[in-house]
Amino acid sequence: MRNCPYMFGRYRILFRLFLCFFALISRPAFTKAQQNNAKEEFLVLPGEVGRSGGRLVVSLRGEPKTLNPLIAADARSREVIGVMQADLIHINRATQLTEPALAKSWKVSPDGLTYTLVLRNGLKFSDGETMDAEDVLFSFRVYLDENTHAPQRDLLIVGGKPISVRKIDAQTVVFQMPKPYGVGERLFDGLAILPRHLLEKPFQEGKLGQIGSLSAVANQWAGLGPFRLKEYIAGQRLVLERNPYYWKSDSKGTRLPYLGELIFLFVPNADAQVLKFQSGETDMISQLGAENFSVLSRQQNGYTVTDAGPGLEYNFLFFNLNDVGVKASADLQRKQKWFRDAKFRQAVSAAVDREAIVRLVYQDRGAAIWGLVTPGNKRWGDPNLPHPQRSLDRSRTLLKEAGFSWTTGPNGESTLQDSDGKPVEFSILTSSTNADRAKMAALLQDDLKQLGMRVQVVPLEFRSLLDRVTQTKEYDTCIMGVASYDADPNSDINVWLSSGGTHLWNPSQPHPATRWEAEIDHLIEEQMSARTFEQRKKLYDRAQEILAENQPMIFLASPDILAGAKNSVGNFHPAVLEPYVLWNVEQLYLKSGPENATR
Amino acid sequence: MSRRRKVAIWLLVLGALHGVVLCAGFFAPYDPVEQDRKSPYLPPMRLHFVDMRGQFHLRPFVYVLQLRPASFDQYVEDTTRPRPLKFFTFGDRYRLLGFLPSRLHFFGAGDERIYLLGTDAFGRDQLSRLLFGGQVSLLAGLLGAGFTLLIGWCIGAAAGYYGGWRDDLLMRVAELFLALPWLYLLFAIRAFLPLTVNPLQAFFLIVAVIAAVGWARPARLVRGIVLSAKERDFVRAARGFGASHLYLLRRHILPETSSVLLTQAAILIPQYVLAEMTLSFLGLGVPEPVPSWGNLLSNLQQYSVLVSYWWMYLPALIMVPFFLGYLGLASALQERAEAYKIQRRSFGSLA
Repeated sequence: MRNCPYMFGRYRILFRLFLCFFALISRPAFTKAQQNNAKEEFLVLPGEVGRSGGRLVVSLRGEPKTLNPLIAADARSREVIGVMQADLIHINRATQLTEPALAKSWKVSPDGLTYTLVLRNGLKFSDGETMDAEDVLFSFRVYLDENTHAPQRDLLIVGGKPISVRKIDAQTVVFQMPKPYGVGERLFDGLAILPRHLLEKPFQEGKLGQIGSLSAVANQWAGLGPFRLKEYIAGQRLVLERNPYYWKSDSKGTRLPYLGELIFLFVPNADAQVLKFQSGETDMISQLGAENFSVLSRQQNGYTVTDAGPGLEYNFLFFNLNDVGVKASADLQRKQKWFRDAKFRQAVSAAVDREAIVRLVYQDRGAAIWGLVTPGNKRWGDPNLPHPQRSLDRSRTLLKEAGFSWTTGPNGESTLQDSDGKPVEFSILTSSTNADRAKMAALLQDDLKQLGMRVQVVPLEFRSLLDRVTQTKEYDTCIMGVASYDADPNSDINVWLSSGGTHLWNPSQPHPATRWEAEIDHLIEEQMSARTFEQRKKLYDRAQEILAENQPMIFLASPDILAGAKNSVGNFHPAVLEPYVLWNVEQLYLKSGPENATR
Repeated sequence: MSRRRKVAIWLLVLGALHGVVLCAGFFAPYDPVEQDRKSPYLPPMRLHFVDMRGQFHLRPFVYVLQLRPASFDQYVEDTTRPRPLKFFTFGDRYRLLGFLPSRLHFFGAGDERIYLLGTDAFGRDQLSRLLFGGQVSLLAGLLGAGFTLLIGWCIGAAAGYYGGWRDDLLMRVAELFLALPWLYLLFAIRAFLPLTVNPLQAFFLIVAVIAAVGWARPARLVRGIVLSAKERDFVRAARGFGASHLYLLRRHILPETSSVLLTQAAILIPQYVLAEMTLSFLGLGVPEPVPSWGNLLSNLQQYSVLVSYWWMYLPALIMVPFFLGYLGLASALQERAEAYKIQRRSFGSLA
């Protein structure tokens, strides 16, 4: 991921399961799945009708590690799995609302505890086997099982109370929640329904983790998504072919997907991806940086680049507020005295030139932010959140109130010093592979110089940066970015909660360290079980305001989602949610027809 | 002597080039770290002498570059707004040669800004950054070469003069150093250092590493010369008269190495400037925002910069005259040394 190495990809699924403590009251005996010969119930998609056939080539940032959603941890695997698997209820990436998927309808009981899902008729896996409620039960049993060693497992142990799943008939499944759950049916998004006929045996033998490797023969793996595995050439490409049993159709009744083949080329870096796209080797490109976007838009021949608007990625500066104890250096303890002062943090925030960041880093293709809900999030932003303009005067006032003062050096430069007369100096860590954040750091360095703070920028390899922030906690401040995977607050829960692993300024606290962190914890937990959107929104707004008051994270900017496609690609509508361009892959088609599309 | 003149000419050229870089504060119109956030990636302004009406002006001027509407980095000349260059104006504070505080600049445009070599991503003046960056890169090269030669000279002389096991030991160590993968060594050293290295520390680290790694080659050269020199008749004679080791080395042997050392210096300096650039390019050199030729070039690691802004290549071009100067000097020195040798040999046979 170009812009967001800090994706917490692995935790993405975990978050969901962390929130809902599933357990399964499993049926003791599995009867053979009933043969269902009922007529297929297509999900009819509105929108432009395309033509079938052809192959589409896109680049992938590297080789996916697995096709198995139970062990997929990296973004690349998830991108591929996304087009091979399907979920019961799906979030439409364009509207950010839920839509029927494998479940054609669902009902929620008035107390919000029972979800009754009705499956489509005539569903088949990509190998032609029928899919029914038994597969749903099996999938959730696997997700919850401890011996699977799925990444979900750890967090499932945390929960005391499980959700129960039971089957009413071959088409109907009931999910019983232990208490009302604000996220509601959104939790089903991304939870792939697994093929019981292929996985039951390995599951019982405890070998599920070994299934789904790329080198396996195609018939060992099946899904409900629009594509299935055809060929894998190590180090070069992954070829997927159309799933002939897919359950969606266009408004004319043609079975989707339109494309005959979808090819992922493994291209390890962003610039190389741009070159491949420019030379016509790939048909689509996503996650473009602003600079590459302007390079591409300057010489558009045969392709179009699109700015889909602000995404959900937020970039921020945060201070080391960990309780590092006595073993930390005196130097860090002295700095933490400044960092712990809310006025110091507010002063830094007021000195940040966010407009310059949007302009110089994102070339105006982004938005300044003052909280972690970006303008790309259509429903959850707090309209009352203050958006103060840059003001060095305000910064100086705040610093004065906090006991800081200035001295003038021999060259006429002023230096900020704390109440003990020590100069204010600290460093900002950035990931050395992320040019955008390095630029932000350089701008911040200059902004803060005007307050008399001496700031050094330290580019570090991302892994060692993460190690410092989450393990050794030897750092002053750091610039990072997180991309929410969904518009719902649920997706950022681990940033909000003081016990969360992504509560970056002081992660995984046993008890909230400050009053305001405790208050946020309370608000976030409360909104999770609130019944209506309005109730949740009110609580969430309050949490955003508390965060903005205390500024443990100084929010900087959010980049737009930039993507491009050849003019011959139809139904190309990039979304601001992942997967940015492949979310409607079943509707993508080649205008020129399959005969011209072969290379 | 035309040979001597050749050396003098090259020295003059190099002196002038270094003088400009040394007085970067005076020749650069602005502070190299100052950001002009309204003009990122501004292309070099063209110097004009003739205005739109065809009138000639003795004082060169530029037209203000204006951002094309709805673009980020496309500028057009606004021909209604000429901006004349002013010479010997007062501007940003700097310290000449590192200690003389001054505000006098060679040229400027009063309160307005003028970018003869364009700007970078933050609107920093590329010309000022080039000149100040040269201070870092050239000084690293000079100091590095100086240390290298000093170490190489001492070790080479000791090995060649004393011979025996000392020679074996020192030369094996030299071979070890020749075999070291110095780039990775630097990565390793950097990993052990504290997280924040201030620019000065980073600079001396680079110099130390370059010098410590490069001494082996000059040491071997010096050793060879010392080996042959110590067997010369006049050295044997002096020894026979009871001269001490120190006297022999100082009076008779080491002077023989001077021409080799000078030539080596002229070759090593540009090599070490290049080494500094390589390290800074990879992010191991002086940290931003302090400029050096290497970290100026590191912008080119991005494809978009590579294809969009040609003036970002200038730090690569500016090395050319410097390197040409040093290599010219090296060959002139070499020639002079050869001639000197021939002269001496003919004198020797006459006597």
